[in-house]
Amino acid sequence: MKTTGGDDTLLPVSSDLDIIKVRQKGRDLAAWADFAILDQTLIATAISEIARNIVTYARRGTIVLKIEEESDRLGLVVIACDQGPGIPDVTQALREHYSTSHGLGMGLPGVRRVMDDFAIESTPGEGTRITMKKWRTKSADAQEQSP
Amino acid sequence: MGVPLIEHDRYLLVPIQSRLTDTELSELRAALLRWVREQHPRGVMIDVTLLDVLDAYAVRTLSDVGHWARLGGAPTVVVGIRSEVAQAMDRFGLAFEEVATAPNWAEGLRVLAESA
Repeated sequence: MKTTGGDDTLLPVSSDLDIIKVRQKGRDLAAWADFAILDQTLIATAISEIARNIVTYARRGTIVLKIEEESDRLGLVVIACDQGPGIPDVTQALREHYSTSHGLGMGLPGVRRVMDDFAIESTPGEGTRITMKKWRTKSADAQEQSP
Repeated sequence: MGVPLIEHDRYLLVPIQSRLTDTELSELRAALLRWVREQHPRGVMIDVTLLDVLDAYAVRTLSDVGHWARLGGAPTVVVGIRSEVAQAMDRFGLAFEEVATAPNWAEGLRVLAESA
């Protein structure tokens, strides 16, 4: 049984190189937590989209990556924070076919669809905080080889 | 940018060698379209085998290449999309536009020959 010890990882996001670094960290953490390769890819892609939103609209922000453990499941948690202009109409930004064509929050509907939990708090003029999680059941641990 | 542009039998072959930032993707798009304008290749084949993420920006940028290269007379094919990346694109609702896809170089060249 692996422990989920260790500090949360706080990563700065202020350039397009950071977008790649942060999504790679997310993939590495997902691989370490035994998420399947498709889930690793979904998580990395979701992080890429929200990191790009930070760079594009807020210029800088942070992303926290951590593992959350419950009795029967394990979650990879991504928390993205910025102090940018905020999203005036979150409902509209999450509408399919709106955000991609209008630029604002590009890819957010897809991110919400792909992650299991997804929440946005946004205040115009103050910033945006996105919390999203991907879960896997712990029954997969039973398939690990015993020494 | 670090992406080799290889001419073979009047096709432009583009094996992407590493993860690309948004800026590098935009530079690649500009370089490919300049090549199409000046060299008039019969087609463009972009190999993305090494990319473990194709997000909205990457898909849109490569679709842009397909659009403008076609206007310049060259069809575009993207080859080597990993299966988990293809599945992720589908789940995110992302799809290439004006770009064909093929599993490998041989199939990619065949697609380009047929769409000429």
